[in-house]
This record gives sequence, structure tokens and C-alpha cells, in this order.
Amino acid sequence: MKTIRIGSGAGYADDRLEPALEIIEKGDVDYIVFECLAERTIAIAQQRKMENAEKGYDNLLAYRMEQVLPLCSANNVKVVTNMGAANPLAAAKLVKEIAEAQGLQNIKIAAVVGDDVFSEINRYSEETLLENGRKISDIRPSIVSANAYIGAAGIAEALKNGADIVITGRAADPSLFLGPIIHEFGWALDDVDLIGKGTMAGHLMECGSQVTGGYFADPGYKDVPDLWKVGFPILEIDEQGELVISKLDGTGGLVSEATVKEQLIYEIHDPANYLTPDVIADFSGAEVKQIEKDLVKITGGSGKSKSGYLKTSIGYQEGFMIEAEISYGGSGSFDRARLAQDIVSKRLEQANVEPGEIRFDLIGLNSLYQDNVKNQGTAKEVRLRVAARTEELETAVAVSREVESLYTNGPAGGGGIRTNIKPIVSIGSILIPDTDVSVKIFYSEVQK
Amino acid sequence: MKLREIAHSRTGDKGNISNISLIVYNAEDYSLIEEKVTAEVVKEWFREIVRGDVIRYDLPKIGAFNFVMYDALGGGVTKSLAQDMHGKSLSSKLLDLEI
Repeated sequence: MKTIRIGSGAGYADDRLEPALEIIEKGDVDYIVFECLAERTIAIAQQRKMENAEKGYDNLLAYRMEQVLPLCSANNVKVVTNMGAANPLAAAKLVKEIAEAQGLQNIKIAAVVGDDVFSEINRYSEETLLENGRKISDIRPSIVSANAYIGAAGIAEALKNGADIVITGRAADPSLFLGPIIHEFGWALDDVDLIGKGTMAGHLMECGSQVTGGYFADPGYKDVPDLWKVGFPILEIDEQGELVISKLDGTGGLVSEATVKEQLIYEIHDPANYLTPDVIADFSGAEVKQIEKDLVKITGGSGKSKSGYLKTSIGYQEGFMIEAEISYGGSGSFDRARLAQDIVSKRLEQANVEPGEIRFDLIGLNSLYQDNVKNQGTAKEVRLRVAARTEELETAVAVSREVESLYTNGPAGGGGIRTNIKPIVSIGSILIPDTDVSVKIFYSEVQK
Repeated sequence: MKLREIAHSRTGDKGNISNISLIVYNAEDYSLIEEKVTAEVVKEWFREIVRGDVIRYDLPKIGAFNFVMYDALGGGVTKSLAQDMHGKSLSSKLLDLEI
């Protein structure tokens, strides 16, 4: 029975590159997939594209491709990636230039587009964001991006037409893996059971080392060997959807039933109804079994017909965020941090500075879980954190100044002030009919 | 005993929704968690953080539970004022629950 092997090359935008290069060289893989888009990444990329129409793709695209292309060419490995972000066409052009500069030959590059529905946003004026009920027409002036999650079909088609490098924008993460699987095995797009299995495979792979021991270690409870050189996962799947996950010998990390289970449930809600553009995948019957060291088999994935709607991420500007911190040490540090907090509060009140929301944390005591701390007289150091959301930049600056001026005007011994102001790009979602989106593929070839 | 002694966990985020897995090390501990760690218990445990509902999904075949917590991330990852805006550290708090 035919099987294929797909390596993960990245699980997020800033992921390491060496594990990907190692897989291309030694992993005997047919494909390497770089997943590099978080919910907000594409909105920020869209802003870069607005400033320069030739930009808007992943910031590390050139860095990665300069090293990946020659290795893939030598080892006959195809690349699928969403590093096109807001501009897959410009990304494809850059990849072609890199390949030509390196003297590589016979490389066909495909840019899969259609996810960007920003120009159609007014069709959805009456829709409201699923997260907070805000109406599209009300936030229309602030909207900077609108990208529908597209599925695996366009990727599979590009591969069928001979593409060696497939570059997408906002494709659903598991679809990046499902595309090559559909193409290699000729699976029908409406074979929901197989598409569900392929989606489960993609879901397990999409976060890179999170299934091979990354994001897992808890010394004494969950020990992971050589985490410092954790290897990325390799998927082996056959035409009936049977799948195993492994990693290269000699790399750090581990593939165990526990690492696979954690990743199977990662960022899903109802395990029986995991909605993607391709299918409603069902992981509720999944079982995992360790076959040998660092090799786990996963069975029991299935699926139901897709919903017919595409989740569409709307990026919109929503003012500014200011964060500022100052540390106090030694005995009495808790009381001095609290005094500093009072000073900032009172001065903002007196000056009528009203952020939309403000929050004070004592790092080391309550910044993660908002515990109600009253008296921590034994704390050896406390770091006060002030965070606020403001509509206007000047309000954010005013908050920042009140923390800065604690150096000379605040409690004794405050040090290590850091402040940071950044614009907020919020993300909300609407659902649009998948018939509203038409995927198009543009090909370019490096001359022979 | 803390949950940490019998189970492990990972948090994920989508918008303003956090999900936390809880996975037993040994199958024989599954029923204990099934009985003790209800959605209500988890909602109460995260009362300072979670504003919305908590739903528990059970995955007995892999000895796991998935707690989906609504309105749990300060308005969402992109605008949350929290130091840990993704809520990545919430799994560690769940494992500190005494049962």
C-alpha cells in the first residue's frame, strides 16, 4: 500500500529552522510543511502590504527559503507553506528570485490565493463578530484585513499540476498537510471519513515540536530527553488514512502517547466537531498506541460533511496598549510596590487620564492567575506591572510617564523600569458561505 | 493530592476562549477525575479569570478531558491586558487543584 511521509518544518512564524533542514536531508520525506500563521499574524502582514505592495509575506520567508530550496531540490522534497500570509503572489516572486540566484532548475512555484476577502467586506456589513457581537458596519473604518480560512483543495490542485513549492495565505493549518495527502492518494473531497483522518493527521502536525516533546516537559513528572535539540515531527500516512508520527533518530524530544494526546486536544473545543474548511473532523474516537520508541500510531479519526461556511478573520485597529514595569526588592518590597500602584492610580485620576481598561499586576505573586494577594511581607522581590488599553496614543503616553516618573518621585529603591506602547490589532471572526470564495492558483517556473 | 500527581495538561486559545486538556497518566484514575473534576469545579477554580461558561468534553478512549472556558482571556489574545495573554499558564493552575 502506498504511504507518504510529510515533515513539519515550522509550527509557528518564528520557529527554528535547523530541525526542518535536518528532516529534509535525513527524514526521507516527500513533503515539508511550514505553518507560520497565527490568528493575528495575517492582519499585521496586511498592514505591511498596505505600506509596500511588494511586502506582506512572512518576515522569515527569504531566510528560510535560501536554505530550504537547495536542500529540497537535492532531496526531491516538495514544500507547502502559508508563508505567503497577506501576499502569496509577492512571496512566490521572491522564492523564484532566490531559486534563480542559486542556479536551481526545474522548480515550479504555485501561489494559492482567494482567502483575502477584504475588498468584499461591505457585503458583510450586517454580520456581527462571533467573539463580541460588534457589527461589521460599526467597525468598518478600523478594519485592516479580512481573510477566510481556505481548505486543502487548492493545495492539492497545485500539486496535481506539478508544483514543487506551494505558497498560500490564510489556509487552515491542518489543510496544509491534508493538501498533499489528498493529491498523493486521490482522495475524494467528499469522502468525509478519509478527509477527517487526514485532518486529524494535520492537526497533530501543525504545531511542530508540540507533538515531539516541545511544550511538554515538567521535570520530575514529564521528563524529556535533550529538549534543547528537540526534533520536529514526521508523519507517515497510507492511502487508507492509517498514520504514525515519529521523529529523526539523534534529535532531542520524544514521541509518546502522552505527547500525542496533549497535541490532539490542543486548541480544539468539541472533539467530535472540529470544524475546518474541508470537513467536520471527529477526534472523539481517536486512540493512540506506542509502537516503538518515538513512534506512535493514531487510529479512530473520522469526519462529517463540512459546514459550508468559512471562518473569516477580521483584523481591526482598536487603539493602543501600554505596558510598564518597575521592580522593588528586599524586605518591604510588596508594600512599596503597592504604594507605587496607588501613586500611579491617584495621579492618573487627578489628571483625568481615563484608559479604556487598566490593570495592575505584581509579577511573581498574581500576574498569571489574579490571585487576591493582601500581604506578602516575605517576598524578596516584587515587580509592579501596569497595563492599559487606550483609544488615543497620548493617553497611553500619559500612563507610561506616570510609571517612568516613579524613579525619583516614587517609593524607595524602585528600579528596572521598562515601558512599551504598541497599536492593537484585534481579531474577530464571521462565517461566510464557502461559495463566496473562489480559490485561484498562479504558477511560475524557474527556467530550465 | 493535587491533580498534578495523576494527570497532565496543556492549554490552547482561540479568540477569547481557552481550552485546557486534562489527561490521566494511568487509566485507573480516569473515573476519579470524571467524578471530582466537573465543569462546575473548574469554573469555580478559575473564578478570578473565567467570566463565561465552562464545558467539559470527555475522551475516555485516551483517558482525557477537555475543558472549554468561555470569556476567559480578557477579551481575546490580541487585546488582553494580561501578562500571559494566551492563558498558556492556566494548565499549571488546573494541575494545582486539590482532589
